[in-house]
Amino acid sequence: MMPDLGKYATAVLSAYGISILLIAGVIFLSLRASRKSRNRLSQLEERRKKNG
Amino acid sequence: MRATDRVLPALVVATAVFMGVGLIWGFFFTPDDYKQGSTVKIIFLHVPAALMAINAWLMMLIASLIWLIRRHHVSALAAKAAAPVGVTMTLIALVTGAIWGQPMWGTYWAWDPRLTSFMILFVFYLGYIALWAAIEDKDTAGDLTSILCLIGSVFALLSRYAVNFWNQGLHQGASLSMDREEHVDSAFSTPLYVAMIGFVLFFFTLVLLRTRTEIRLRRAQALIARERQG
Repeated sequence: MMPDLGKYATAVLSAYGISILLIAGVIFLSLRASRKSRNRLSQLEERRKKNG
Repeated sequence: MRATDRVLPALVVATAVFMGVGLIWGFFFTPDDYKQGSTVKIIFLHVPAALMAINAWLMMLIASLIWLIRRHHVSALAAKAAAPVGVTMTLIALVTGAIWGQPMWGTYWAWDPRLTSFMILFVFYLGYIALWAAIEDKDTAGDLTSILCLIGSVFALLSRYAVNFWNQGLHQGASLSMDREEHVDSAFSTPLYVAMIGFVLFFFTLVLLRTRTEIRLRRAQALIARERQG
């Protein structure tokens, strides 16, 4: 299944590895920020409802 | 928000399909190039990332102009939301370019017009993100980052057209060209188009998600301000 990358295996695999890590990193940070903002806003809206 | 609630899941699926198919096809099912060997597989990351690095900045430019002219808050927030995705794309383009360059050119880096303008674009992205973080008043931050975006657009365009302007340096011309001599073989171009669509969708998905985050944070700030007043 794994293609024969020959003498350039390190270069190709490191390019894919670093890129996938960076993509995964920006996805993770975006999802975390989204979850935090949703929780924060719902907390504030609930508090506002309670206080009238 | 309700409209984007419906659009976002579809975008996530489309992104996963196009990015997954493009990269798996490119990595596993394309032949080696007769000159570049297996390093040609880096094209499926490098070209889509470079495409989005430039176009993310152009999207930020349009959103910034809308903010400056129409004072539409969501456009300023959309520009802010796009920057971290754009800087990631620029970094991927720079890193994969360096890794590809070493075996092909014998060096990771050269002060070639395209490479240099890309590096400057990367610095502009960092400056743009830092400027948003540094200014407390959101409208002032929107104004100043928009002006920075206008200035940085010169380097975004240079990153794309530097090869045509100066016709020198190590970097080759466009991989996908109307010119049959320059255009890469269809064995590579078809998965490359799929990967490019995947990267475009990835960009829009994350920008949508991050813009929603920014809007929620603005609402939260407004609620806090109201609480303090009342």
